[in-house]
Amino acid sequence: MLLIYCPYCEEERSELEFRNGGDAHIARPTNMAEISDEEFEAYFFLRDNPKGVIFERWRHVHGCGRFFNAARDTISDRFLTTYKAGEPKPDLNEKPKTGAEVETYEALEGAAQ
Amino acid sequence: MADQAIATRNVPLAGRRGGSPAAILTPADPASRIALRAGAEAVSALSAALGVTLPVRPKTSASTGRRHALWLGPDEWLVIDEDNADLMAAAASSGVVHSAVDVSHRNTAVIVSGPGAEVAINSGCPQDLSLAIFPVGACSRTIFGKAEIVLFRTAEDTFRVECWRSFSPFVFGLLSEGAEDAAY
Repeated sequence: MLLIYCPYCEEERSELEFRNGGDAHIARPTNMAEISDEEFEAYFFLRDNPKGVIFERWRHVHGCGRFFNAARDTISDRFLTTYKAGEPKPDLNEKPKTGAEVETYEALEGAAQ
Repeated sequence: MADQAIATRNVPLAGRRGGSPAAILTPADPASRIALRAGAEAVSALSAALGVTLPVRPKTSASTGRRHALWLGPDEWLVIDEDNADLMAAAASSGVVHSAVDVSHRNTAVIVSGPGAEVAINSGCPQDLSLAIFPVGACSRTIFGKAEIVLFRTAEDTFRVECWRSFSPFVFGLLSEGAEDAAY
């Protein structure tokens, strides 16, 4: 089970409490009545579906109910970081602020023989 | 002339008993409740009007007597009064901008108590309920099996499980299964 850090609850919670909300940082055009059908299609329907890091909206629907943004690796399903809605994209090269380090078997016991 | 039909309100879970020696399940008495939404600038006035300090830290609650304010989200609280006081009138008397919805009859609650209460609830709830992580007074909206619940720890071995009344047979049933498992 995945644990996702909610930036509002300030705690890691089970994925069962969350819903995915699609791509993050999609800016709605301010001149909606003037844009062409192609431009509207690009804004409304077309997504990159990248293999690798994706910035997504998530909602803590069975918790605080808030939307927030997350950077997730679509290959490993690992959450790199989460941050509150409205905040700019974080620098993923910095150390993420998502809770304590995970205690892996390798870290505690050394590499498997 | 035909007799007038008189509607009586059924208490959900009325008469139900369940659980095990490790975790006793008791349907809670009817209480009044409001779902409260308000901005940060209204918190102090609402706290004064309700007579209970609205908590602003995640997963915390505040209680005055038998009235409890549970933090659900950054601007959202569940206020419960076990003496059925008129919380809507109390909130309205604050005079500040807020949204209050009376959910007294939407919600019902099950009291889970006993040394196996944590295990019984964890049978359907993914949260860490150990005392260090979920201390007395902690509260959280979370999920229990397929139903959304609000969990409130009132004592080291006692939880109040708030759920919607239409989900209450499911919640009570799953809690009963968990309570029986907790006895082994």
